[in-house]
This record gives sequence, C-alpha cells and structure tokens, in this order.
Amino acid sequence: MSASEAWMLAGMMIVTFGIRYFLFALADRFRMPPWIEGALKFIPPAVLTAITLPAVLLPKGEWFLSWENPYLVAALLGLAAGVLTRNLLATIAIGLAAFFVHRLFL
Amino acid sequence: MKAKKQSSALARLAARSFCSTSGKPALEPRQARPRPSDPRRQEFVAGIRDTFPLLLGALPFGLIYGAIAATSGLSMAAAIAMSALVFAGSSQFIAVGLVAAQTPVAIIVLTTLIVNLRHMLYSATLLPYLKDLPQKWRIPLAFWLTDETFAVTIHRFQKDEASACKHWYQLGSSIAMYLNWQFWCFLGLVLGNRIPDAQSWGLDVAMPVTFIGMIIPFVKTIPIAVCVLTAGAASLLTLSLPYKLGIVVSAFAGITSGLLAQRLTQEGNGRR
Repeated sequence: MSASEAWMLAGMMIVTFGIRYFLFALADRFRMPPWIEGALKFIPPAVLTAITLPAVLLPKGEWFLSWENPYLVAALLGLAAGVLTRNLLATIAIGLAAFFVHRLFL
Repeated sequence: MKAKKQSSALARLAARSFCSTSGKPALEPRQARPRPSDPRRQEFVAGIRDTFPLLLGALPFGLIYGAIAATSGLSMAAAIAMSALVFAGSSQFIAVGLVAAQTPVAIIVLTTLIVNLRHMLYSATLLPYLKDLPQKWRIPLAFWLTDETFAVTIHRFQKDEASACKHWYQLGSSIAMYLNWQFWCFLGLVLGNRIPDAQSWGLDVAMPVTFIGMIIPFVKTIPIAVCVLTAGAASLLTLSLPYKLGIVVSAFAGITSGLLAQRLTQEGNGRR
C-alpha cells in the first residue's frame, strides 16, 4: 500500500465515521437546519452523474462522441435497459453485454 | 387507555434499564430479572433475519466493487482496507472511480464527505432512540450505519413495542451487513485480479454502467431530474478545472438547481 493510499483511507475513514457519529456524539444538543435536510437527497444523483458523464463521453480523456465509442454505446443501452426494467442488475448486465459485443464485432 | 399507555411506558423504562449495559438497573432487581429467552438475543437474531434480503442485494455490489477496484490501480491491500475501515458502498465506488481517473487524495476525501452527508440524515432520525445509550454502543452503531441498516432498523424502532433492546436489533443488522460486504468485496477483488490484463479488456466500463443503474431510481421527481441534468452539463463545462474539482463544482450546481426547482414546483402547485 502506498503512502497516498494510506492518506486516502485515513481521510475517507475519518470523514465517513465523523459524519455518522457527529449527531450521536452530541446526543440531542443539535438540530439540523431544514434546508440542509432538504438538500441531502440531491447529493448522490448529482455526484454520480458528474462522475459518469465525462467517463462515458471522454473515456480516455479525449472527447469521443461517436457510435464507435463502446463506453457511450454501453451507457446508452444500459440507460435504456434501466429505464425500461427499473432493475439495477439488468442495467449492468445489458450495459456490459453491449460493451463486449461492441468490442468484439465493431 | 391512558393507564395502559403509562404502564407500557413504565415497561419500556424497565426494559431499557435491563437492556442497558451500564449495569445499574433503575428499578428493583426482581423486576429487571431476565426472561427465559433473552430479549437481546432475540432482537439480534431478528435484526440479522430482517436484513437478509439486503445482504443478497449487496452481493453484486460487493463483487463489482472488488472487480472495479482491481482494475482501478488501487492496491489489493488498500481496496480491502477501504471496505473494512470506511464501509460505505457508494463512496467506495466513487473513490475507486476517482482513483482510476488519477484524482488527488484531497478531492477524493472531499467527495467522500459530500457523498456521505446523507448519513447525517439517518443519524438524526435514529438519534431519539439511541441517545441514552452509552458511547460504547453509539460508536460502533455509528461506524456501521449504512443505508440498508438504517432502512431496516428505523422500522423496528418506530414499531410501538415495549422492547427496549432494539439497539441489539440494529447491532445484528449492522454486523450482518458488515461481514457480508467484506466477503463479497474480497471475492470480487480476487476474481478481478484473476482476469489477466483486466484494464485493457475494458472492465472499467462496469463503473459508469453501474452508476447509471444507481442514478435511475433517484430520478422520480422533476427537481431530481433538473439536478441530474444540471450536474451532467456542469461536469462537461468544468472539465478544464484542475484536480477533478469539476466534480465538486458540478455536484453543487446540481444540488442548487434541484433545490431551486423544488421551490419553483412547490410554488407552482400552490403548496407551502
């Protein structure tokens, strides 16, 4: 394990435990402002989207807007499967299958 | 009716003092005598039992996390340690994705902070039920607090039953989730490492595809859709920002636009 990996793990562990424990530690001496409570539900989809879209459109750090981009094709077919089936495993399976079929035959 | 409520409150108090590990029962010892079947054990086992479907649900995630970690450039030891010490599925996925994109450590930690903020909502909800427990309970229950354990446990706490050993229920759920996650992550890592040259195979496509599958169920309301579209557009406009700061900026843009859209749609509906 490299030093930067150790720092990353220490940092992730501290912030994750800190968030989970903060209110338990204070017991009932603190109330969360309602607007923060309202903002929390937007965080996961926002972060996930901000990571996914560039990873699909610029898979190797360069714009690749074409049907020849297997990441883009996998993402679009996975998205379609996910919207239709509402099933996470189906989304992953179709996306992966699309990727490998694309790589093998195109 | 009122008398019944009072007596159930008393029973709850008695049960709590029995279940507390501080060792000084508030009531007479004879009232606090353990029943033939230990309620702590019953709660613990029930917690595991009710978490079982979620254990199955975590299975593919653990395997995929391991497989992605194996291709991300993260060392095997670090990938295992992350599951053991951080124990937060979605932020582990995101961290591995960021490692693969060669993101600086500070940004990974900051992103972890943002992604895990929702856990504060869980602890705020659980707090009324756990605040009287000693620290030696609150610390491990906080460490093991996940979406799944929260979802299962809050139903148990909200059930109007006199049992005050419900934290044993949460403990059962927590430990089951934890061991289950470690096992599948490890198996995923081993399998991911077995596939020679997994990176060039393009197994890294599993990450965006999994994320897409995770985003879809969130998008049920107009404000969330606005949030996702804004975050996506912002992520493409902020590509030139150094240290992957674009992800943080885009997340904030998405959250702000979502809150704004929420306010507008609520006004439009004449609510609030």
